[in-house]
Amino acid sequence: MAQMTMIQAITDALRTELKNDENVLVFGEDVGKNGGVFRATEGLQAEFGEERVFDTPLAESGIGGLAIGLGLQGFRPVPEIQFFGFVYEVMDSISGQMARMRYRSGGVHHSPITVRAPFGGGVHTPELHADSLEGLVAQQPGLKVVIPSTPYDAKGLLIASIRDNDPVIFLEHMKLYRSFRGEVPEEEYTIELGKAEVKREGTDVTLIAYGAMVHACLKAADELAENGINAEVIDLRTVSPLDMETIIESVKKTNRVVVVQEAQRQAGVAANVVAEIQERAILHLEAPVLRVAAPDTVYAFSEAEEVWLPNHKDIVEKVNSVMNF
Amino acid sequence: MKHVLESVESQFEMFQILNEDGKIVNEEDVPDLSDEQLKELMRRMVYTRVLDQRSIALNRQGRLGFYAPTAGQEASQLGSQFALEQEDFLLPGYRDVPQLIWQGLPLYQAFLFSRGHFHGNQMPEGVHAVSPQIIIGAQYVQAAGVALGMKKRGKKNVAVTYTGDGGTSQGDFYEGINFAGAYKAPAIFFVQNNRFAISVPVEKQTNAKTLAQKAVAAGIEGIQVDGMDVLAVYAATKHARERAINGEGPMLIETLTYRYGPHTMAGDDPTRYRTEDLDNEWEKKDPLVRYRKYLESKNLWSEEEENKVIDQAKEEIKQAIKQADQYPKQKVTDLMANMYEELPYNLQEQMEEYKEKESK
Repeated sequence: MAQMTMIQAITDALRTELKNDENVLVFGEDVGKNGGVFRATEGLQAEFGEERVFDTPLAESGIGGLAIGLGLQGFRPVPEIQFFGFVYEVMDSISGQMARMRYRSGGVHHSPITVRAPFGGGVHTPELHADSLEGLVAQQPGLKVVIPSTPYDAKGLLIASIRDNDPVIFLEHMKLYRSFRGEVPEEEYTIELGKAEVKREGTDVTLIAYGAMVHACLKAADELAENGINAEVIDLRTVSPLDMETIIESVKKTNRVVVVQEAQRQAGVAANVVAEIQERAILHLEAPVLRVAAPDTVYAFSEAEEVWLPNHKDIVEKVNSVMNF
Repeated sequence: MKHVLESVESQFEMFQILNEDGKIVNEEDVPDLSDEQLKELMRRMVYTRVLDQRSIALNRQGRLGFYAPTAGQEASQLGSQFALEQEDFLLPGYRDVPQLIWQGLPLYQAFLFSRGHFHGNQMPEGVHAVSPQIIIGAQYVQAAGVALGMKKRGKKNVAVTYTGDGGTSQGDFYEGINFAGAYKAPAIFFVQNNRFAISVPVEKQTNAKTLAQKAVAAGIEGIQVDGMDVLAVYAATKHARERAINGEGPMLIETLTYRYGPHTMAGDDPTRYRTEDLDNEWEKKDPLVRYRKYLESKNLWSEEEENKVIDQAKEEIKQAIKQADQYPKQKVTDLMANMYEELPYNLQEQMEEYKEKESK
């Protein structure tokens, strides 16, 4: 088995699907000759040609529309939005158009599109590059929203997303791109969308997270273990639709929950998880479900981002609150 | 600098074949159409005018929902559609239901679209189209994608999309024509310039003298056509189609036209923003009147023939409304079933809840 960074695993997944299915097209700003600003599409144009892997003009709405049109011609488009902070420019194509194609056409057409985009804080980007905007798309029926936390997951989830016949927003946390390597099988495999993974089994409290915050939770769990608190960590992997079965099963075991997201507190994925838990398992709870999240401001400029971003200490603190409730 | 600046003005002269009196003013561009085809164009325009009148009446009776009147725009809508092949792909705007009907969407489905039933959007086998777009301009970027897809598939077909004068102010308008130009994709972009975006006149929409000249910035061919002249619209579309499938890239066609009615039947009152004089001026240019004169001068049309089309249209509309009435009502559970290929957990649960509600 190979050791890969997440970015290598993503390239590997794209290569796998470009090989498997001639209808797969990979395109976006700088994805061709340049191989993408993060090198996610490195070498793919040379290997598969300009017909399959190509640059687009610099216009996100155009990229979204192009994907929809190519989907209508039976292709399986995998467009890249260079940074998810630019999603506002393509919001209509995503939420107004591809998410509704199946219903609008009464099932005659669909949008088998996977929109890939980097996001996430801690890498000192300029404004509107790092924002966690998964809540915007998670609120849109018709879309699936997938966020991997490891190289292994990135490959399996991306292949599954590309093969899915509904539009998937596939968000790649920039901090995870090259921060560590993990084992990734060279052969193809898929990870089912809409299924969470228990990353660490525990009995005292459940930590629910996705993306980079999974690693903050694992670090917090290590620290908590030193104080005799045995935390279970769930990686949602798909934030829409949620895997309520895995979540509720864990809640019934631990009776205490902290939900962690890098995004601001207001609305968002964590709020939805909390609401679902209290509707489905309130009698199993020994304490209120608490959230760790960024403050309700716009994303901080890079000099302030380290404090702005939630971290493992914030998680430990919240766990102590639910343990001592 | 002065000489450089003076040379940037783009001149776009209106292309016309048939003038207001029904006389050919441009012999060399008269399209090569058989007598039967010439008559078919008239039949379609008359039929569509009747459909518009009946649709407005049905809307007032509460028997139709959303409806955007089409009278005045028949030459733009049907002259362009007449130049297409069955395998071409249509991405219409909200007023462009007639093109879909003549491309093969059954009339009762057009009525269901108006009522907000999704069966109205289910294109039958052999009709290559999406349903009318509501977001102004969104169809333009999608047309670029459909056209690029056709090019990749090696098809000898075109993607055809429509918007109005207001639509040319949208970012998606520029993105669509620019993408298609960059990929030399076989797309035809129509701008039906009916002079008003709801109430805002085209002079307040842009400082551009023509909308066709916007093609220049994208590096694609553009033309301004008399949109009340069905032969000119047909000829321009035919030209655009041929060059597109020959790999010469997309084309922007501005048709100068006018909608006689309100923007939609949802309470728009055109007397708030248009004068009677302007209405009269445009009614003199009427596409049916001038084309009728032309056909009559060739002994191809008669009052009797026209009445036959009118009667046929009325009868078919009556039948189609009946068929639409009989079609099972759309249910919320149908909507749920069409959100994803497979139902996620939340919709599974909600499906049960709504099945229960709908059974009562």
